[in-house]
Amino acid sequence: MPVFYGTEVASPLMLGTAQYPSPAILAAAFRASGAGIATVSLRREAGGGQDFLRLIEGLGVPILPNTAGCHSAREAITTAQMARELLGTDWIKLEVIGHTDLLSPDVFQLVEAARELTAQGFRVFPYCTEDLSVCDRLLAAGCEVLMPWGAPIGSGLGLANPHGLRALRAAFPDVPLVVDAGIGLPSHAAQAMEMGYDAVLLNTAVAKAGDPVAMARAMAGAIESGRAACAADPIEPRDMATPSTPVIGKAFLA
Amino acid sequence: MKLTINGEPRELAATTVAEALAAEGLGEARVATALNGDFVPAALRATTVLSPGDALEVVAPMQGG
Repeated sequence: MPVFYGTEVASPLMLGTAQYPSPAILAAAFRASGAGIATVSLRREAGGGQDFLRLIEGLGVPILPNTAGCHSAREAITTAQMARELLGTDWIKLEVIGHTDLLSPDVFQLVEAARELTAQGFRVFPYCTEDLSVCDRLLAAGCEVLMPWGAPIGSGLGLANPHGLRALRAAFPDVPLVVDAGIGLPSHAAQAMEMGYDAVLLNTAVAKAGDPVAMARAMAGAIESGRAACAADPIEPRDMATPSTPVIGKAFLA
Repeated sequence: MKLTINGEPRELAATTVAEALAAEGLGEARVATALNGDFVPAALRATTVLSPGDALEVVAPMQGG
């Protein structure tokens, strides 16, 4: 199972807590998924925060707070500091958003925030792109895990750049890698795991499915299959056919 | 004094972050605070003095991906 900053988690499925039809369905989806980590945000307390806190702490999985919606390193750093105090964890899913339509990372401020947060003792999980240079900078900034996007958050498009994600896996064989965002179907999650990714972080694909609990179970199954397939050393694809049935011994009937 | 708390204008007698939280009914809640964009640790709320026009943010864990 994946190990993040020395902590082994129970499943390669990391599941978000937003957009479920009800708190009860959220809890049921988590049970069905066996997710190893739950992500949460910080938002202005308007009365619902205390009940939600009890709900997520009752899920029995480690909590990974995020800095969703932050558009600058400064905002993200302050949010991380508040999250650490509230949730008692130095883990932070670092999001610094650069573009509103794509919710793509601002990789420049991301690196800056990662460096500062690491200096302050945080264990940073950066939501990043699959760009090798950016990932190099994040590792140099102190990150020990990378979370490249599959596709824009909430899009459900799957892995938009599988070649880039594969190259990233090959470039950093010893760094825990998580595909974060863009997953729409179990096959997308399986594809990431087949490539050798350590984990998948998703939310909308489960929460907005017609039956979130059934989809949570489907995602868990796909992730487990993908992980097992990677461990089983898949064949290399080839352009031309190669007969699977032996040629030798075929009767001469022409 | 005039303050902004979570984006809403307020007129409070509070002089510290801790007093402002109590006035908002959040004295006992598990929340985190930031004043004018800077984190205020819980241990410093009672001694962090407010000035007119300050913007206080009070947050809690919520749904997130």
